[in-house]
Amino acid sequence: MFQDISILLWIIIKILVIVLPLLLVVAYLTYAERKVIAYIQSRIGPNRVGYKGLLQPFADLIKLISKEIIVPAQSNKYLFITAPLLALAPALAGWAVIPFSEGVVLSNINAGVLYLFSLSSLGVYGVLIAGWASNSKYAMFGALRSAAQAVSYEIAMGFSLVGVLLASGSMNLTEIVNSQQGGIVHWWFIPLLPLFFIFWIAGIAETNRAPFDLAEGESEIVAGFHVEYSGVGFALFFMSEYTSMVLISALLALLFMGGWLSPFEGMPGLEGIFFVVPGFVWFFAKIAFFLFVYLWIRATFPRYRYDQLMRLGWKVLIPATIIWLIVTALMVLGHVKPWFSLVTI
Amino acid sequence: MKKKSRAYKVYRYVKHYVNSFLLLELLSGLRLTGKYFFKKKMTVQFPEEMTPLSPRFRGLLALRRYPNGEERCIACKLCEAVCPALAITIESEPRLDGSRRTTRYDIDMFKCINCGLCEESCPVDSIVVTPIHHYHISERGQNIMTKDKLLAVGDLMEKQLASDREADKKFR
Repeated sequence: MFQDISILLWIIIKILVIVLPLLLVVAYLTYAERKVIAYIQSRIGPNRVGYKGLLQPFADLIKLISKEIIVPAQSNKYLFITAPLLALAPALAGWAVIPFSEGVVLSNINAGVLYLFSLSSLGVYGVLIAGWASNSKYAMFGALRSAAQAVSYEIAMGFSLVGVLLASGSMNLTEIVNSQQGGIVHWWFIPLLPLFFIFWIAGIAETNRAPFDLAEGESEIVAGFHVEYSGVGFALFFMSEYTSMVLISALLALLFMGGWLSPFEGMPGLEGIFFVVPGFVWFFAKIAFFLFVYLWIRATFPRYRYDQLMRLGWKVLIPATIIWLIVTALMVLGHVKPWFSLVTI
Repeated sequence: MKKKSRAYKVYRYVKHYVNSFLLLELLSGLRLTGKYFFKKKMTVQFPEEMTPLSPRFRGLLALRRYPNGEERCIACKLCEAVCPALAITIESEPRLDGSRRTTRYDIDMFKCINCGLCEESCPVDSIVVTPIHHYHISERGQNIMTKDKLLAVGDLMEKQLASDREADKKFR
């Protein structure tokens, strides 16, 4: 009995150790987003709250928490309240299987990739339910768009994952990372380059970020699925969006960019210099890179039109993944080198 | 029109596919925004910094004095006549020393459209526009700029008014 409780407590402590810094990262990601986009637009961004505006996320948080929660009269109140939680929970739960460094993982399950993939799809339900429960036409449109987007991009995303699974021969994230040992040239993004880009694009679409943010297109459908949300409900949607951004970046880093592995492995000289850098620093650096590109892309590209989005998903990404999947499968079958790594066998 | 050869069409077709699958256009877009990331920022931090003002800027109105302290206005009422918004009200009578002076010179700031015609019409450069543009009217009645107020603004801004008029002299 006592042992059970202590195990439970230990797990809860581990969860807190992951989730609390994650929320801090999410808070500062909003700040970083505002700063990066401002810089790209020749502005300087928030700089009034605290030194260089560094306390801005907390000012935003206090504002959102102290605001009134408005529940529309004609809405389905139960679902209206549940939807933001449904959006946030999968984004946070996905972090259970993310390994931060060799062995540093909350639960090292063998179907980690499958678990993450299913959770990232579940995040869409929060958006769908929010749009339906609000009983507002713009929210409904947002939800419909989001549903269509999820259906068409999940296929491409799933297929590009299959490529990684084929090449590394495992669904366990730790083993996938270990199969990429041997420096930057052995990371999967080189042999699986098309899949890497398709996963990246589909990941951006999956998190409803620009240029695929038409589920919340401000200019056409006001704010899409979260028009009717205010205060904490809105904050939860915001947090879930940014948490899944970090999650997708972490996935990109793990699956294609060698996770916590140093890019200089096996290079004489450089390997020795960077040996002191712990693995999780590499991992976080890779995540930070992908997050920056997220913001960079948002500041650069205009939003896709709905039919363009569908065309890209069904007529470009899915055929491209299938072709490269076949190539990868053949290469693995024939034990051809960059696609076939000996480590996992 | 010259007919495009078949080879050219195939070339265009292939080029289009190469361009779109290598994301070349997206990359050039990212390069442009990436350049702007490091460029100098345009922002003017308003309460601390201000944008530069032209010497011709038309802000709050003021009445000027001669260097000896005598008010310039001779109650010719040209400004009252020219004012398109009928914002100026002037009453006048001879002063004890016989010179013609205003007894009342009111400008209704609600009516005033800051066109600056009063300044242009003034033969003695008495009524002028100042660069002051951060002012507000918080109560009913404050919208009427009386002669005292206008003279006070003129006294406050005299140095700048003189230099602005000097800078713009050859265009008048």
